Amino acid sequence: MRITRIAAAAGGIAVAAALVLSGCSSDNGGNNNGGGSASTGVVNVAWGEPENPLIPANTNEVNGGQVLNNMFAGLVYYKADGSWDYDAAESIESDDYINWTIKLKADQTFSDGTPVTADSFVKAWQWAASNPDLLNQWWFIDAIAFEGGTYDGGEDTLALDVVDDTTFTVKLAQPRADFPVALGYTVFFPLPESFFDDPDAFGDAPVGNGPYKLSEDGWVHGESLNLVPNESYTGPRKAQNGGLNFIVYATQDAAYADLLSDNVDVIDTVPTSALETYKDDLGDRAVEQGSAVFQSFTMNYNLEHFGNDDEGKLRRAAISHAINRAEITDVIFQGTRQPAEDFTSPVIAGFDPEGIEGSDVMEYDVDKAKELWAQADTINPWSGTFQLAYNADGGHQEWVDATVNSIKNALGIDAVGLPYPDFAGLRTEVNDRTIKAAFRTGWQFDFPSQANILGALYVTGAGSNDADYSNANFDKLFREGLAAPTQEEQSELFNEAQGQLFEDLPAIPLWYGSVTAGYSSLVDNVEYGWDSWPILYNVTKSE
Amino acid sequence: MIWYIIRRLLQGIPVFFGSTFIIFSMVFAMPGNPVLRMFGDRTPSPEQIAALEAKFHLDQPFLSRYFLYLGDVLQGNLGTTYAGQSVNEILARTFPTTLRLALLAVVIQLGIGVLAGLIAGLRKGGVFDNASLVITLLIISMPVFVFAFVAQWLFGIQLGWARPTVGPGAPWSDLLLPAIVLAGLNLAYVLRLTRASVIETSQNDFVRMAYGKGLTRGRVIPVHILRNSMIPVTTNIAADFGILIVGATVTEGIFNVPGVGNELFKAINRHDTPEIVSIVTILVIVYVLVNIAIDLLYGVLDPRIRYVK
Repeated sequence: MRITRIAAAAGGIAVAAALVLSGCSSDNGGNNNGGGSASTGVVNVAWGEPENPLIPANTNEVNGGQVLNNMFAGLVYYKADGSWDYDAAESIESDDYINWTIKLKADQTFSDGTPVTADSFVKAWQWAASNPDLLNQWWFIDAIAFEGGTYDGGEDTLALDVVDDTTFTVKLAQPRADFPVALGYTVFFPLPESFFDDPDAFGDAPVGNGPYKLSEDGWVHGESLNLVPNESYTGPRKAQNGGLNFIVYATQDAAYADLLSDNVDVIDTVPTSALETYKDDLGDRAVEQGSAVFQSFTMNYNLEHFGNDDEGKLRRAAISHAINRAEITDVIFQGTRQPAEDFTSPVIAGFDPEGIEGSDVMEYDVDKAKELWAQADTINPWSGTFQLAYNADGGHQEWVDATVNSIKNALGIDAVGLPYPDFAGLRTEVNDRTIKAAFRTGWQFDFPSQANILGALYVTGAGSNDADYSNANFDKLFREGLAAPTQEEQSELFNEAQGQLFEDLPAIPLWYGSVTAGYSSLVDNVEYGWDSWPILYNVTKSE
Repeated sequence: MIWYIIRRLLQGIPVFFGSTFIIFSMVFAMPGNPVLRMFGDRTPSPEQIAALEAKFHLDQPFLSRYFLYLGDVLQGNLGTTYAGQSVNEILARTFPTTLRLALLAVVIQLGIGVLAGLIAGLRKGGVFDNASLVITLLIISMPVFVFAFVAQWLFGIQLGWARPTVGPGAPWSDLLLPAIVLAGLNLAYVLRLTRASVIETSQNDFVRMAYGKGLTRGRVIPVHILRNSMIPVTTNIAADFGILIVGATVTEGIFNVPGVGNELFKAINRHDTPEIVSIVTILVIVYVLVNIAIDLLYGVLDPRIRYVK
């Protein structure tokens, strides 16, 4: 170990000397990794076995998503800051935000040599929309609402039309100005002809059009998945390394041990056991930044004392004032969560809680909480215990206990955590609306737009509206925001819509997630995106 | 002898049915719909729930699901995971690695444990005997995961003598550290068992007789003392071999060994019920078979057991 470190230091001195000697080298480019543009080392990435076959429309978890993201090029892609740019598309245009015309760049191919055409997208989307057993099928019905989308499937349901080889049109059910932003998500990736012959075989060895393709070793189940640069990819996300080697780890602790010994180069989560030490262990290779994860708890409007009336509103606001978010994120999460100030996320464009009326309901204020609770008692006296349900298999007990204690101390009522043995058990009662307690909820953004979370959680009848919240004013403002032509106008309308949420509190926002990660001493240019995934094609590693 | 084997194998059948039924009913009796877990914080539509329930036979009553599963198992098909992989393939891939790890651990136990036990037994009350007593007590009192994490941190990260986790293809050299950890706990038992057995055997008349015949220590110790001391030790190690295969879950998880225990660990984290039930069933069968083998081994090692019916 020590020998390699000395050798590395000597190498560093040599490079510095070379720069001094060549004099003007820092003028052109200023790229500090010296040599050529692309490195040749294979980057080792800590990974987990995907839960489903690698089919874009059937992948909704991070492991499968990360691989697909590097193997496919969607119409657009996301940069680290959450802004988007064209990848496979040349233009995505609309006059009315309902009828869209999508033009592809010419002469693109899949890694098997077959061309990427308008058909590759249209057939993939129609297939996804017609198979209800796909985990991400809801995108075509709920998330974006294509004209013609139905949950029970059927052939060619979506209003998509192929104009020519590189052009197709889309018709949406309602105007949506941010439609292009969504198109970078996994479910909208194109599929080659070979997929439709045998989807199962494809799920084991996918063929894409992105910066990487499967190596000859491919996917060794339970051990690793190997990607090599795809020479036929001509888009903006060109691979800057010799390939990606995704290594399966059973635990985050094992991955972290390998990171410390440089056997793995990039991890996307530091294990809880190392949170206190990882900054010392890794130095400037430790990463901590905000991520697009929103945590809350929700009370359905059928919960006694929390209904859709004056009493319910007062009690919801009192509960929100009674939670000391700053202290809990500090003590329980060691600063790896940020106290929530709104219903979206600080890393998503348009975040501006100061500018929203009523956002002070997020402030910890015991007197105010007591006052509101007492007012509610005059309408209908409180009885019973405040319960907060969580799944015991997810490491939630600590913050739930801290939260109910905060409520108990502030309001002087009985408040307890209500553990469910596992996530499925909790979600079943939430789904059946039989749960008689507040329950933990959260959202990880699929695409970088506030519309993603607001539309999926709070619009009347929306798929994940677990509170059964329904407010005509919110719905109207949200629809108008969707159709707003500019980011500024959209943000303004969404902020107004959030004002309504602050008044009603269908969910009590708790905190935002953040990425705690790190990388080895062998790699450079490691950056983590808005979605908390490392941007792997940019990572450089010398051999 | 052959009847004895058949009788023992037949006794394994109710154990097999009983254990699969219990595991199956426990896993499937867990409250909640596993389909909902696949969607995370998102709520699927009723159509999606119905389609996925049909896909994984979750819409059928418990008993018919159990018999469907049992029928598949008896035909040699252990089912598929939610990810669509065949459990047969998973086991074919992971079992050899676990077997190699267990073998390596047994070799370490035999090599170090028996040798140290022999020395301690022959020099009862000496420095080596007392030192080994203290060290083995220390190891026995330590939970396996503490031992594993300390070994990983010290040898893998601080000293850099070994990879902290097992690399691709699980080479023997990478398996050594987890094998030492696995062997550690039982090593202490093997040592103490050998020691006690050696002391007991040394006091036998036939040992005094052997020395009396004028045989050298070099012949008496391996042939007369060690061989006769090995009966309880061998059966202990054989029993431990079963435990090593079945119970390496924690160690395999920490060292990321691509073995059966690791796979079970991941399957439990993913709540992959078909995979959990199948792997545990196979482990039960392995354990039953190993125990039968141990009983047979008694007969081989000690002729007296063979002749007494």
